[in-house]
Amino acid sequence: MATMNSDDTKRRKRGRRSPLASVALVLTGLLITGGAYALMTAASPANADVNMASAQSISQGKKLFAANCATCHGLNLAGTSSGPSLIGVGAAAVDFQVGTGRMPLAQDAPQAEVKPPVFDETQTLQMAAYVASISPGPGIPASSNLTLTGDATKGAELFRINCAMCHNVAGAGGALTEGKYAPNLMKTTPAHIYEAMLTGPQNMPVFNDANITPQEKQDIITALKVQNQAAGVGGFDLGSLGPVAEGLFLWIFGLGAIVAFTVWLTAKAN
Amino acid sequence: MANDDSKDLLPLDGHTTVRDPGTAVERSDALLNPGMPPHRLRVTDTDPRAARRAERVVVLLFYISLIGSIFAMTSYFAFPIKPNDLGSVRLNNVFIGLGLAFALLAIGIAAVHWAKVLMADQEGIDIRHPVHGDVQTQARAVEIFRTADRESGFNRRVLIRNGMIAAIAALPFPAIFLFRDLAPAAGTPAEAYSHTMWKAGTRLTKDPTGDPILASDVTIGSVFHVIPDGLLTAPDMLEEKGKAAVLLMRLEPGVLHVSPARKDWNYDGIVAYSKICTHVGCPVALYEQQTHHLLCPCHQSQFDITREAAVIFGPAVRPLPQLPITVDSEGYLVARSDFHEPVGPSFWERRGDYSA
Repeated sequence: MATMNSDDTKRRKRGRRSPLASVALVLTGLLITGGAYALMTAASPANADVNMASAQSISQGKKLFAANCATCHGLNLAGTSSGPSLIGVGAAAVDFQVGTGRMPLAQDAPQAEVKPPVFDETQTLQMAAYVASISPGPGIPASSNLTLTGDATKGAELFRINCAMCHNVAGAGGALTEGKYAPNLMKTTPAHIYEAMLTGPQNMPVFNDANITPQEKQDIITALKVQNQAAGVGGFDLGSLGPVAEGLFLWIFGLGAIVAFTVWLTAKAN
Repeated sequence: MANDDSKDLLPLDGHTTVRDPGTAVERSDALLNPGMPPHRLRVTDTDPRAARRAERVVVLLFYISLIGSIFAMTSYFAFPIKPNDLGSVRLNNVFIGLGLAFALLAIGIAAVHWAKVLMADQEGIDIRHPVHGDVQTQARAVEIFRTADRESGFNRRVLIRNGMIAAIAALPFPAIFLFRDLAPAAGTPAEAYSHTMWKAGTRLTKDPTGDPILASDVTIGSVFHVIPDGLLTAPDMLEEKGKAAVLLMRLEPGVLHVSPARKDWNYDGIVAYSKICTHVGCPVALYEQQTHHLLCPCHQSQFDITREAAVIFGPAVRPLPQLPITVDSEGYLVARSDFHEPVGPSFWERRGDYSA
C-alpha cells in the first residue's frame, strides 16, 4: 500500500499478510458457519407427521424419554428430588417445554431459558405421545385453533386483563421476583402460546379452557400477532418497555443534546 | 483595533463623579476594578483564509436549511397520508419532521456560528441608565394619584374601601373548598372503601365476559380475574370495579395455612383476594403459581397467598383483604359476604394496621 508501483506478486503476498486478511478470514468463516446453521435449522421438518396414538411413536418416545429426561423426572414420570412429576401434564406441556428448547435444562437457574431445541419436531412429538400415554392431560392444540383468524379486538382485551401485567401490554415480557421473568412473546409461535396458556409452564398460572375458551385463546394469539406485524406508527418502540426506556432515552440523548448545544453556545470561538 | 473602538462605548456623562454613599459602609481597601481581560484575537480575525472558510460554512448551513424546507414541502406530496394506513402517517410525519428539523436547526447553527466567528468581537461597557424619572414627571405622578383619591373618595369613604378589601380577600377561599372533591364523596375513605358490590350469594364472574365460574372449572394452578355478578350493568361500573376486582386462585391441597377465623373462607383450596394493592391501589395480579407469591408491578410489594396474603416484601403494610367464598346449589362460586375490612390503599385510619 505504501509503495504504489510495486509489482503484482508482491502485492498479492502483502495482501495475504495484511492485518485485514485475518479479519476477512474470520468474517468469512463466521458467515459460512452462520449460514449453514440457519440452513440446517430451516431444514428441520416444519410439519412432522407423527401418529400420536401409534404404539411405535410411543415406544420411540419412551426410549428418548428414558435416555434424556428420566434422570430428573423418573423412569415412571413420578419425578425425583431434582425434577417434578410429569403425571397429567399432557402432550401440550412436552411440546411446549421441549419444542421451545426450555427442556432439557441447561443449568440450575431461576427459570428455564428458551434455547435452540435439542430435539427435532418428530422426536418431540414422540416424547409427547409417550408422556400422554402414561396419564391423560392437555393435548397439542388443533391447527384450526392456531390460525390468525380470531377477533383481535376481543383478544387484546383478554390479553390486557389476563396476561399484560406480567408479559407487558405489547408482549415484550417483564420481570418477576428473584430472577424469574415473564418472557417476550413477540416471536413465540401460536402453538407454543396456546400450550403455555393451557399448561401453565413454570410460574405461569394455568388458563384452562373453562377460564379462557379455545376461541378466546385464538383471539388472544391473533391480537398478539396482529400487533407484532403492524407497523409501529409511533416511531422507535425502544423494546416496547414503556416509560422507563423512553424516559431513559430522553434523559441521555435529549438532555445530552441540550447540554452539548449549551456548551457550544457559550464557548469562545478559536 | 478593537481596543481603540471600545473607548467610544464609554458614556460621556458623569458616571465618574463621586456619589454620596448614604448610609452604606464603603471599605477603603475595597478590591480595585481589575478592568477588562486582554482582548484575544480569533483565528478568523488574523487569517483571512479561515474567515473565508467560516463564511462558506455559514452560507452552506443556510442552504442546508433551504434544502430542508424544500424537502419538507416535497415530502408532503411524496408521502401523503392515506386513509386507513397508519404506516403512511408515520412516513409523512418522519420526513416532514426531518425536513423541518434541518430547516430550523441549520438556521440556528448558522446564526450562532456567524455571530461567534465572523461578527465584530469587542468587549464594551454600557453604563446603566438611572431608573427614576425627572422631578416634573415625579410631581405629575403624585398629582395623578391625589386627583384619583379625591375623585374616587377612596380615603374619604372608608366603609366602601374596607368593604372592597374584605370582598377581595374572601375571593380565594371558595377555591380552597373545592379541594374537598379530591376525597371520596361518601364520607371518609374508610366508609367508601369498606363496602363493595360483594354481598352474600353474589356469584363470582369472569372479567370481562361476566360468565359465572363453576368451582370444578378452577383447576390447580389456575388464576381467574373476577368481577361480581351484575357489575357490567351497574351504574358506576368503573368505580365499583375499582373496589370489587378480585383474583381467584386454586392451590394444591395442604399448602394453605388457614387461620381458625377464616377456616370456611376458602372452597377446596380455591381462594379469592382483593386485586387492589394495599399500598397505593395498583392491580396486583402477577401470580407465580409455584411460589404462590403475588407481585405488585408498581412498587414490588409481594404477598404470600399460602399465608393469607401476608406481605413478604415491599412497601405495602397490610395483607390483601380476603373475600370469603363458597358454592351455591348449582356448583357456581359465590361470595359468603362482603370483604371484612376496607379494600384498597392504606389511608390515615388504616396506617400501620399490620395485623388486620
